[in-house]
Amino acid sequence: MAVPALVVPNRNSTRDEQQAPKLRIHDLNFYYGAHRALADVSLTLADRSITAFIGPSGCGKSTLLRVLNRMYALYPGHRATGEVLLDGADILAPSVDVASLRLRVGMVFQKPTPFPMSVFDNVAFGLRLSRSMPRSELDGRVETALRDAAIWDEVRDKLDEDGRSLSGGQQQRLCIARTIALRPEVVLFDEPTAALDPISTLRVEETLQTLCDKFCIVIVTHNLQQAARISNVTAFMYLGKLIEVGPTQQIFTTPRERRTDDYITGRFG
Amino acid sequence: MSRLQRRKLINVVALGLSGAATLIGLVCLGAILWTLIKNGLAGVSTALFTQMTPPPGNSGGLLNALYGSAVMTVLAILFGAPIGVLAGTYLAEYGRTAKLSMVIRFVNDVLLSAPSIIVGLFIYEVLVVRMGHFSAIAGAVALGVIAIPVIVRTTEDMLRLVPQGMKDASTALGVHEWRTITGVIYPAARSGILTGLLLAVARISGETAPLLFTALNNQFWSTDLNAPMANLPVVIFQFALSPYKDWQQLAWSGALIITLAILMLSIIARAIAAAMQSGQGKR
Repeated sequence: MAVPALVVPNRNSTRDEQQAPKLRIHDLNFYYGAHRALADVSLTLADRSITAFIGPSGCGKSTLLRVLNRMYALYPGHRATGEVLLDGADILAPSVDVASLRLRVGMVFQKPTPFPMSVFDNVAFGLRLSRSMPRSELDGRVETALRDAAIWDEVRDKLDEDGRSLSGGQQQRLCIARTIALRPEVVLFDEPTAALDPISTLRVEETLQTLCDKFCIVIVTHNLQQAARISNVTAFMYLGKLIEVGPTQQIFTTPRERRTDDYITGRFG
Repeated sequence: MSRLQRRKLINVVALGLSGAATLIGLVCLGAILWTLIKNGLAGVSTALFTQMTPPPGNSGGLLNALYGSAVMTVLAILFGAPIGVLAGTYLAEYGRTAKLSMVIRFVNDVLLSAPSIIVGLFIYEVLVVRMGHFSAIAGAVALGVIAIPVIVRTTEDMLRLVPQGMKDASTALGVHEWRTITGVIYPAARSGILTGLLLAVARISGETAPLLFTALNNQFWSTDLNAPMANLPVVIFQFALSPYKDWQQLAWSGALIITLAILMLSIIARAIAAAMQSGQGKR
């Protein structure tokens, strides 16, 4: 049971069990055409905590994330079976309005994708379309979102500048601000720091840790140290199956499954 | 001769041949421009831009033809741009994977290279014959029909350049597809679409054949869209074929004006495209 020296278990990792369940995934299967990418995945994600999904490339962790806000519905031939209950209601039901669902379940992608508009409008874009609100309220919510994403001090003087003129790390935090401005209940992060330098990565990780008091956060990462640093719960996936899930500290120090141990100690993956 | 020497010789011959071919092409282009400038400049005066096309033997200008060309080009773009941009949007976004899109794309490519005289004959049959007379409207529609495939093609190409990640990010904010297109994708592709429109203007502003059967020509000042209207290409065509020296001179000057206008449009379009590329590079 060797433990990688760099892995320092997260300071918050003791509080995970206290949180109420937010998402219950039950017997989830996912198909890209005939290929089964997820096989009978069942787990519960707690509110106000960070759950990290780790595993080798192609293990289905990003696929799982894309089921949770039904992004997969954009592509023909992709389908999911099983149940994903958000506060008890199945989000896979055909009657669910996906646009409303995505207001409740936000997503931040691997590559920062600022829209071709000002910093302010980047954050206000989704807000304006979600419902009409007076200018003062809009201003307030944009500022709050930028503060929560820990980027307000850097952009307060350039709200009118093009969002694409920011640095890569700032762009990613702008994308986080844009997502949390809508006050979602769940925020999905798909390898949010994979395209960033170490300093920007640190900033985004700090941002994530301050956000976990407000949202149910789910993060997919290839960076084991990152999972260990910031998550409360870690889930290990392999070949479309959920191998093991548990408190981050336990997964990284005393995993029950041999494959989990092999992966976190770098014997494969 | 060693193998190395033979290769060197082949290289020199190939280089010489391709260089000569390039030179021939450039000399032809240069000669055309030079002839145009030499003959066209001789007729440039204020009268050229202030007076109507004259009867043979009288002095005059090209004002009515310049006006007619401008009006019909603008009308053609007003007619063709919405259709072209929306059709390009369908091909690039809504109907990306639909079978219908493949058919539309193929037909559009055929239209793109269709001889413009056929478009002229088509509008003659559909509009001119039914209306009973030639008109500026018919001319504008014919030019618009020629512009549409150009706009469809460039719009689709430019929208496809917008990263999928940007569309996904907007969708993930709970934004519906049409608002994603108008709010995110169009702004991202704006300069590209604009370039396409300018290229379409450049393409139709020199077209003669479709106007011969539709707008025809008019010796006088006319702003009536329901009547025949003067235009540069047809005036050049008629005047250049005439035996009168002053008409031939006006044809040269008109040709110079059209060439310079298209040249300028192409340069502007390229400048916009270059500015867009450097803008993307900053990201």
